[in-house]
Amino acid sequence: MSDAMSKPRAARIAINAGLLLFLCLYALIVLIQPNYLEPGLFMNFLRRAAPLVILAAGQLYVILTGGFDLSVGAVVTFTVTAAALLTNGDPDATWPVIALLYLMGAGIGLFNGLVVAFLKVPSIIATLGTMLWLNGLALAWSGGAARGDLPENFRNLGRFQWRDVALVGTLPMAVLVLVAVLALLWWGVHGIGYGRRALAVGDNPRAAELAGIPVGRTRITAFVISALAAVTAGILLGGFSGVSVNAGVGLELQSIAACVIGGAMLLGGRGTIWCAVWGALSLFALFTLLNLLGLPQALRDSIQGLILIVAVGLTAWRSRARN
Amino acid sequence: MMADRTLPRLSVAMVLLLISVTIFAVTAIATGETAQFSLQGVTGLLQRMVALGLVAIGQTFVILVASIDLSVAAVISGTAVLASWLMGGDPAMIVPAVALCLGFALAVGLVNGALVAFAGINPLIATLGTGLILQGVLSASYGSLGGAVAPVFQQLAYGSLFGIPWSVLALFGLALTMGGLLNRSVLGARIFAVGGNPDGARLAGIRTGRVILTAHVICSLFAGLAGLYLAARVQSGTPWLGRDGIYDLESIAVTVIGGTLLAGGKGGVAGTLAGVFLFASLDASFNMLGIDAFLKQVLRGFVIIAAVAVHAVRGRGHVA
Amino acid sequence: MSMKVMLVATVALSGLAGAAMAQDFNDPAEFAKQREQLSMTPQGPEGAPWAQHLGDSMVDTAKWKKDGPATICFSNAGIFNPWRVVGMHNFQAEAEAQGDKIKELIVVDAEGKDEKQIADIEALVAGGKCDVLIVSPNTTAALTPAVEAAAAKLPVVVFDRGVNTTAPVTYIHPVGGYGFGISSGEFIASKLEKGANVLALRIVPGVDVLETRYSAAKTIFDEAGINVVGSEFTGSDRAKTKAVVEDYLNRGVQIDAIWMDAGDTATAALEAFEDAGLPYPVISGEDQQDFLRKWRDENLTAIAPSYPTYQWRTPILAALDILAGKPVPGPEWVLPQPAITAETRDGYIDEKLPPLHYSLCGCQNLPGYPARWGGSE
Repeated sequence: MSDAMSKPRAARIAINAGLLLFLCLYALIVLIQPNYLEPGLFMNFLRRAAPLVILAAGQLYVILTGGFDLSVGAVVTFTVTAAALLTNGDPDATWPVIALLYLMGAGIGLFNGLVVAFLKVPSIIATLGTMLWLNGLALAWSGGAARGDLPENFRNLGRFQWRDVALVGTLPMAVLVLVAVLALLWWGVHGIGYGRRALAVGDNPRAAELAGIPVGRTRITAFVISALAAVTAGILLGGFSGVSVNAGVGLELQSIAACVIGGAMLLGGRGTIWCAVWGALSLFALFTLLNLLGLPQALRDSIQGLILIVAVGLTAWRSRARN
Repeated sequence: MMADRTLPRLSVAMVLLLISVTIFAVTAIATGETAQFSLQGVTGLLQRMVALGLVAIGQTFVILVASIDLSVAAVISGTAVLASWLMGGDPAMIVPAVALCLGFALAVGLVNGALVAFAGINPLIATLGTGLILQGVLSASYGSLGGAVAPVFQQLAYGSLFGIPWSVLALFGLALTMGGLLNRSVLGARIFAVGGNPDGARLAGIRTGRVILTAHVICSLFAGLAGLYLAARVQSGTPWLGRDGIYDLESIAVTVIGGTLLAGGKGGVAGTLAGVFLFASLDASFNMLGIDAFLKQVLRGFVIIAAVAVHAVRGRGHVA
Repeated sequence: MSMKVMLVATVALSGLAGAAMAQDFNDPAEFAKQREQLSMTPQGPEGAPWAQHLGDSMVDTAKWKKDGPATICFSNAGIFNPWRVVGMHNFQAEAEAQGDKIKELIVVDAEGKDEKQIADIEALVAGGKCDVLIVSPNTTAALTPAVEAAAAKLPVVVFDRGVNTTAPVTYIHPVGGYGFGISSGEFIASKLEKGANVLALRIVPGVDVLETRYSAAKTIFDEAGINVVGSEFTGSDRAKTKAVVEDYLNRGVQIDAIWMDAGDTATAALEAFEDAGLPYPVISGEDQQDFLRKWRDENLTAIAPSYPTYQWRTPILAALDILAGKPVPGPEWVLPQPAITAETRDGYIDEKLPPLHYSLCGCQNLPGYPARWGGSE
């Protein structure tokens, strides 16, 4: 469909749209609540948005290859509950447990990838299954309610902020984690040519295979990275607010929506890491805006749905107008 | 051509049916619950199929045209709430209430179909969006839309003919009708064509947009029927009825388990119904075995993957 | 075009949504009744509130008398929140404590689905093994026909949420939602000046047992001239709770007190104040361990009303009494519903138990304590 030549152009436009949406929404926030212009509050905004941005950036890998990862919310829940149970409040256990969490994440991603690549189960079903069993496992392990405790140094990753920092006022540790992870994920997509391979696989797997791209391996890598990103998001989220067995509820659809709002195309073919970043920040700015407006909670869902349709409708309309 | 499509589909359905019956029978015997083989036990098992079965028949139609519908849960809640509110316990209001509810479902189907077929929005996002919009409005209006369905209307869910519940008869009647529609009508042929090879269908002069729109309308209407059935079953619909029942994801899962391809163009109602039967048998068996809720969820996750893998693994080419 | 249609439809429907809440969760008679019940002296064994009851009304159960060990069946709405998790452990432990009196305990879990619970109850009755059926309904109206049909064949005990029929032998519940809102609302009102600000944090809208808590507290705040600056739904999500409170603080709103309709995210709400470098507000939580510990460690001005999980022990007692033909409190068996105050708090703290353990479980003397409830050792 979209030939290779037109891709850079399409991507550039998508970046601009996502960024534009975010700036508009943030401007509205500032209009209602001017102190959101203070660097300290902007940093706090980023701290809270960090888990969703990281999730979306991981999800983007899978979307580029033409799939979905519905299991990321369950991975977040699993990460938070497992971390609390394994560390049980012991600060010395923090780093070994984090290593173990990433190992489990890689395992989950590998499982998803293998099921999709070799058992030929569509990713939406495969990761739906994983979402169910992983949530069930997290609940069974913890007995259905939060157990154990997260030590201070674990929680700091998502909670701690340096105060009186030059330029920005306060600097949350989560923002540093966010920047580091994004740099890594950007490099993965755009630095080493993985992104091009993933796009090719998402666009037309048969053609990609004929062109010598290892389709299965590209797919599996995407699921592993998505799961690892979800573990990171889980660590930040657990740090921000503590142990909970519903920490990840709803995040899978939010992360997919974020990528799409940012201009990534579902079923593959188009997208950059910036789609995920601006999309997720836009979505989070929207949540904040709706909070500030004080609308009834339920209608916030409606507006979110409307924005989703309008954003994607506009992208679809634009790409049709271009052809 | 016809036989080609029917044979493998029937086999998936038959295999699922046999597996489900075996699971149910073995568990009942092993746990000594032989009373479950009585007419009452078996109709109870079949009644577990009704709500999900209705939604899944509709979902099969949209998946056959390579679309998907995530808004069914909200449509179910919407019709159930509307039915209870409009009827307000008054039997005279049954007919207008049912008509309005189906009108509402029809409207949602039209919007979904238009967004997917004519605005070119990815169906996952389009129906997620309409679902969110509906869910939000429903939750916000809860309280002002209270009420209960008319007692006579509850016969739909609790009444029976020769010991077989009306609702079960209706489910199988509708399944037969829709199966026939798919296999023996022009519309059915077009649905398979649009899902299997949209470009070819377009070249053959089929207005693909209209076919996709029709499939979405059918899907929403069936979700509406499920909502009406649930309203009769629970007397007074809540805005969370559909969401709590996870009818969106479960209806997709059973459809795919039943052998309908997510990419469209292949599958059918028989397989979907067999998938629903598998879920109902598992439900009943888990109960008899006293498996705790969390473990149930783990098992269900693996069953979904395994059930799809069994027939997907033979397929050549790639899936995403 | 389609977009326009949808916009119009949304606007039209939201107009409808804006209409006043017709369903009434503000019943002054019920409010007065529960306020009175809060201060009533319960009848029954001292120190065992799960076996006590308020009021004198009893029902005769001679017609259900049945000799020999019983098969007890339980249709549970689900264990989808920490309160129900603790309750379920109480239930199973109580059954175990009864020893030979119970031949078999059959538990089916509806996973929060009305439709499934209806089918579950029908299957239990059709299975023919149950001597007595205990039901914890997922939704009051939805479960009424199924419970009514079951009650025609065997004795039924309902607890927590009720059903719209008197067919069951008895309906067990603590004082109720108004009582919860009265305990917490009166405490907060007593600690604040007139014109002070309180932020209400709630789980979800539309659930009767939660709506009544808020309506009672709101009535008290209005009477005391206390300003409710916001009423927000958090879906029991810690991250969302913390974010909501942060947003209020970022807007520069002075929050003197936090009122909650359930306490499982109380500590997350308090963390928002910590992170902003502000003093703690007056707060009403619930009887979860993490809240009680925080209250003690930070010396908060707080109260913990309860909706005691010990009510999960009572249905087993009721079921066995019914099969023995003994009269039981009914048609409603109202259990006492204490609130934890600064004076009684430390007696409820047990470091061995997990953060979301509900302290009013009445489970300390049950088999398997504390391991069954997720406690260490």
